[in-house]
Amino acid sequence: MSKHRAIDDSIEAERYELLAEPGYRFNFEIERRDFFKLLGGGLVLVITLDAFATQESGGQGESGRRRSGGASTPKDIGGWLHIAEDGSVNVFTGKVEFGQNIRTSLAQAVAEELRAPIASVRLTMGDTDLTPFDMGTFGSRTTPTMAPQLRKAAAAAREVLIDLAAAELKTDRTSLIVKDGKVIDAHSKQSVAFGKLTKGQKLLKVIPDNIATTPASEWTVAGKSIAKVNGRDLVTGKHRYTSDLKLPDMLFGKVIRPSAFNAALVSADVREAEAMPQVKVIRDGNFIGVTAPSEHDAHRAASAIKVEWKAEQQPSAKELFDHLRKQATEAQPANPRGSIAEGLAQADKKLEQTYTVAYIAHAPLEPRAAVAQWEQGKLTVWTGTQRPFGVRGELAEAFRIPEDRVRVIVPDTGSGYGGKHTGEAAVEAARLAQAAGKPVKLVWSREEEFTWAYFRPAGVIDVASGVRNDGKITAWEFHNYNSGGSGIGHRYDIANQKIVVHQSKSPLRQGSYRGLAATANHFARETHLDELARAVKMDPLEFRLKNLKDDRQSAVLTAAAKTFGWGKAKMSASGYGIAAGFEKGGYVAACAEVSADRATGKVKLVRVVEAFECGAVVNPDQLKNQIEGSIVMAIGGALFEAIDFDNGKIANPRFSRYRVPRFSDVPIIEAVLVDRKDLPSAGAGETPIVGLAPAVGNAIFDATGIRLRSLPMVPNGLKS
Amino acid sequence: MQRISELHVNGTKHKIDADADRSLLSVLRDDLDLTGSKYGCGEGQCGACTVLIDGQATRSCITKLGAAAGKKIATIESLEKNGRLHPLQEAFIEADAFQCAYCTSGMIMSGVALLSKNPNPNEQEIVRFMEGNICRCGTYPRIVIAIRKAAQSMKGGGR
Repeated sequence: MSKHRAIDDSIEAERYELLAEPGYRFNFEIERRDFFKLLGGGLVLVITLDAFATQESGGQGESGRRRSGGASTPKDIGGWLHIAEDGSVNVFTGKVEFGQNIRTSLAQAVAEELRAPIASVRLTMGDTDLTPFDMGTFGSRTTPTMAPQLRKAAAAAREVLIDLAAAELKTDRTSLIVKDGKVIDAHSKQSVAFGKLTKGQKLLKVIPDNIATTPASEWTVAGKSIAKVNGRDLVTGKHRYTSDLKLPDMLFGKVIRPSAFNAALVSADVREAEAMPQVKVIRDGNFIGVTAPSEHDAHRAASAIKVEWKAEQQPSAKELFDHLRKQATEAQPANPRGSIAEGLAQADKKLEQTYTVAYIAHAPLEPRAAVAQWEQGKLTVWTGTQRPFGVRGELAEAFRIPEDRVRVIVPDTGSGYGGKHTGEAAVEAARLAQAAGKPVKLVWSREEEFTWAYFRPAGVIDVASGVRNDGKITAWEFHNYNSGGSGIGHRYDIANQKIVVHQSKSPLRQGSYRGLAATANHFARETHLDELARAVKMDPLEFRLKNLKDDRQSAVLTAAAKTFGWGKAKMSASGYGIAAGFEKGGYVAACAEVSADRATGKVKLVRVVEAFECGAVVNPDQLKNQIEGSIVMAIGGALFEAIDFDNGKIANPRFSRYRVPRFSDVPIIEAVLVDRKDLPSAGAGETPIVGLAPAVGNAIFDATGIRLRSLPMVPNGLKS
Repeated sequence: MQRISELHVNGTKHKIDADADRSLLSVLRDDLDLTGSKYGCGEGQCGACTVLIDGQATRSCITKLGAAAGKKIATIESLEKNGRLHPLQEAFIEADAFQCAYCTSGMIMSGVALLSKNPNPNEQEIVRFMEGNICRCGTYPRIVIAIRKAAQSMKGGGR
């Protein structure tokens, strides 16, 4: 457990939905014979979590942690790779595919090291009976941690295959090379396929610490734009998401929701529903749900139940920011530097401003869904969660059964953006299935997803700063109330700083969102920097470069500005804005052009150029796709997305009332990749989202002279 | 309540037995196991459920079964013919016009409807026609590219 805790520690504090420790214990033990019973014969390469921990700590302590690859099978396994007796390559990882493209990028990494065609590599992901424990797919960790581990496993497998081939061909291993899924003797030109080598074998190996992997500069499979390995299933509608699954005798479920958050059930009249044919009403404490043979019947039965709830008075959206400030805890700055008082004393200009961000919803297009089945006391749940093992724990706890009697399977899912870390639908479907004695499918409605999931935290940010007339920032005091600490640190060189994260009492359930609080903190910081640059009459790009002491941050700024044509002439109603950022190992800079009309209040985002650097690029086109997608998603939170709520009720829980970005909102987008083959690859699913809002806000100011300090900035145009 | 006993989907007349006031989407998905069309919002706002009814792009989640009976319905499952993808499906793969792909069936069906009306739409026309389809992953620019690519490859016959 200690090792998992080490990984635990890397989770940002604001993953609020994860803070409640699941009441379960990881107990994954697998014997050698079980591997082959599960997988069939062949060659299995096991990745231990020791290696994982080494990777997490930046490669330190490699020798100290060395584990003998001897007789005992390691208990803490991070993943494994199996080459079957037919030569097919099967990778097992607890990570899950939500559209971020890791099914393909991980296959690329394995194909590369095994020198095998990518089509021969199959990934089994996120199945708690088949794949090893994994904390979850979040925090942009797959590329920096899982991919290198699978690379090592594949490289180790390649070496074992060479050994086997040397024996088979009765030749020295030094003359053997691996290519196209075969081991080839360079002298005799004889070749032997993987399947021939693994046939009849039952070889279990733990990857050695010292296995070398292919440096990025020599990648031939990775580093290339490869179409999604399962793309055909996705464009034909064949892929089955959780909500598409169907089991024999399956019923449909529907849960009756409370009238407001934290409401208590007073009474329920279920007679009419229970009188409906084949309808079952399940009541258990505050929980009421129904099952029926069709979704339609389930909905009808649910609406026939008359329920009375009692809820306490709760804060509403209009008083949110006062509430967050009032309820905030005192906190200490993380790494204070110098003295704010001295910094302000050195300043020619001082500035104090407050910035706010609203709650927003992930609104994944596939709402939460689960199919649950009980068989001889064992519960199997198919559900789209970013934490299959976490949800297994939630289920074990909810039904007071051991984890080995729960299996969670995650079909590739209709997105999450950090919003599907929890197992609400899984628990509800399982409760209904338990009572019905049959499998039950439960698909949340859009309104349920908008109401009963969790939100990106709202926040209030106070910034006080000082700057000299030459553009040097002398003091930086930054307080974030409620939204969190991600991206609160920065790459600017400021001698006097105090940065504080204050917890508060959120009126709404809140949790992870793509990039966490990095969007809020970048919005406040990069908007404030723009204000400082204006105060000392400096160009915002020049101002940033002057205060930076980090070449990678400067490089993306320069790259974005160059492609954008920063400083070029513009139309009268146009404005340009720039912003930079750093988070989760990735560097980002965005330039935005807007056209804004003060008279009509209309704001149009015209063009965005974003430069991104995340070390060595694994798949350029898919990386661009992630950057573009982040920018489009960011437009919503920047300009118009906000959850409105009143006394424990969500006022806009529908797409007709909660505006998300659509085709016409999309500007010209240019993603500039800064490929650093000399640096390890970092994840890219999150950080590209953080630069857009401040760049756009700064551009609106440039166009109109109106400074917007609240996200969303223009939910009703400039006149709001 | 009125019941519907037959539905014309993807060139086949299917025997069904369902209430006329059920949504077409639920009948396609649950009764006919055509799960390519997705539920996304239930109010015709996201387009994930888009099918063609007599060639028109239609939100099947707000279309009652009774209103679809007797008409020709085409779903995403009808596009691949003899193992060959529709040019727009090909173009979606080539342009990488999806991430999680939950919106993809609806996007492609809307795109097919557009291309049948307007074989060579410009960017503005694509944006206007596709405005009712939501992609939360934000692949809109790639979807525009895919539709234009398909228009190119469908020139001079094809589908």
